[in-house]
Amino acid sequence: MGAGHGHRLHFHGHSAVHRAPAHLKILLLLAFVLAVVATPREWYPVFGGHLLLLLAVIVASRVPFRYLLPRMVLEVPFLVFAALIPFVAEGPRVAVPLPGGLELSLSESGLVAAWGLAVKGTLGVLASLTLAATTEPTEVLRGLQRLRMPELLVQIMGFMVRYLDVVSADLGRMITAMKSRGVDPRSPRQWPALARTLGALFVRSYERGERVHLAMLSRGYDGRLPDLDTPPRSSAATRSPWVHS
Amino acid sequence: MTPVLDVRGLAFAYPDGHQALFGVDLHVHQGERVALLGPNGAGKTTLVLHLNGILSGESGHGMGAVAVSGLPVTKKNLLEIRRRVGIVFQDPDDQLFMGSVRADVAFGPANLGLKGAALDKRVMDALEQVGMAAYADRPPHHLSFGQRRRVAVATVLAMEPEILVLDEPSSNLDPASRRELADILRGLDVTLLMVTHDLPYALELCPRAVVLSAGKVVADGTTYDVLTDDALMRAHRLELPWGFDPRNISIDSLPR
Repeated sequence: MGAGHGHRLHFHGHSAVHRAPAHLKILLLLAFVLAVVATPREWYPVFGGHLLLLLAVIVASRVPFRYLLPRMVLEVPFLVFAALIPFVAEGPRVAVPLPGGLELSLSESGLVAAWGLAVKGTLGVLASLTLAATTEPTEVLRGLQRLRMPELLVQIMGFMVRYLDVVSADLGRMITAMKSRGVDPRSPRQWPALARTLGALFVRSYERGERVHLAMLSRGYDGRLPDLDTPPRSSAATRSPWVHS
Repeated sequence: MTPVLDVRGLAFAYPDGHQALFGVDLHVHQGERVALLGPNGAGKTTLVLHLNGILSGESGHGMGAVAVSGLPVTKKNLLEIRRRVGIVFQDPDDQLFMGSVRADVAFGPANLGLKGAALDKRVMDALEQVGMAAYADRPPHHLSFGQRRRVAVATVLAMEPEILVLDEPSSNLDPASRRELADILRGLDVTLLMVTHDLPYALELCPRAVVLSAGKVVADGTTYDVLTDDALMRAHRLELPWGFDPRNISIDSLPR
């Protein structure tokens, strides 16, 4: 059923965590993240408890840490920001001795704030990655649908899942074309060219959206998607074909 | 007999003032297979978008009328018109927007109110016709380009149209996929209008060809006669591929 390839976050498996209904997992994730955010940052042992709980779920899902950890890089900008706080925050300062006789003066409240941001962010990202690794994107959508998320939002996310590959392939081709003409998109000197490429990609995607809309109109689309929630085949009895792949 | 497609005096200018059609007349009768030829910018796509009411005098500045099996293309008939006229667009990624092949093919008929077993049967019949039934539960973006094009044809066939309109059906296909699609199209019992630059494909599939140039119909005859009229071909930027000469093809193998 098209499982696996093309999805960068999903890790194929059959564990209890994989098999759990998507809407349940979404609710648990939400509850977990809320609990983490609501925990006062000085309650250090409680964060250990949060982490243990999360690790237990990951072990049960049999998704290797080697798979999850590299994907946590998306958290890096927040960590950089957290690392800056102790330097710029106000309040009483502590001196941290550095090798070579130097001392680093850091804000005490800043350190606590940085700790809070880093630990809450990391727990949240790891928990979300666990959901993504154990649940197909279309399953997530179906879960949201069952949780009575507004239909329009689910549809928009469905289109996003469907066209993510198409748009990233578009971008890949544009970058190949740039490289073929001697531009290295990684070099900051070429960032203006890269920015223009992204602008062009946006326009292309927008135009594709218009063409898709035309194709939908041509097949009788009248503003709402047909109710395909109860497909006839028993094997697909719980699936909405709309978010089905 | 009422023609399936009846276009009379159709003129159209886009809102930006660019005029694409200057009085087009076209009649297509039931069971015909017609190729619509013409150079880039001749107005072919504009004409196609008029056939199911995506474009009309209301969306720009236009005159003339289109009727499908006697039913005029107007706002209040749009749903029925779009059932009768099935357009297969050039890029299958534009046409296949659902999460699975089955859901995509079901989209059109479900909009027409089909449900349950009848919907499922319609979907599987359409996929059967294009030889893609085994792929019903795959996501469209995991199929090859040729397979996606065939599914795109199925999405339209599932609406049981009276006329199938194909925009550049052979573009970007490898020769084997191109031939397979030709076999499928030949086997369909449906009126066909095919917009194409692929002149050998037109000769292979369509007994009749219409040439559109600069927004007007400049020729309408058997595809063989059109393709062998050198003066006409030259005047409208139509060129046969190198080494291809319709005169060398035996009459018996031409479509009738």
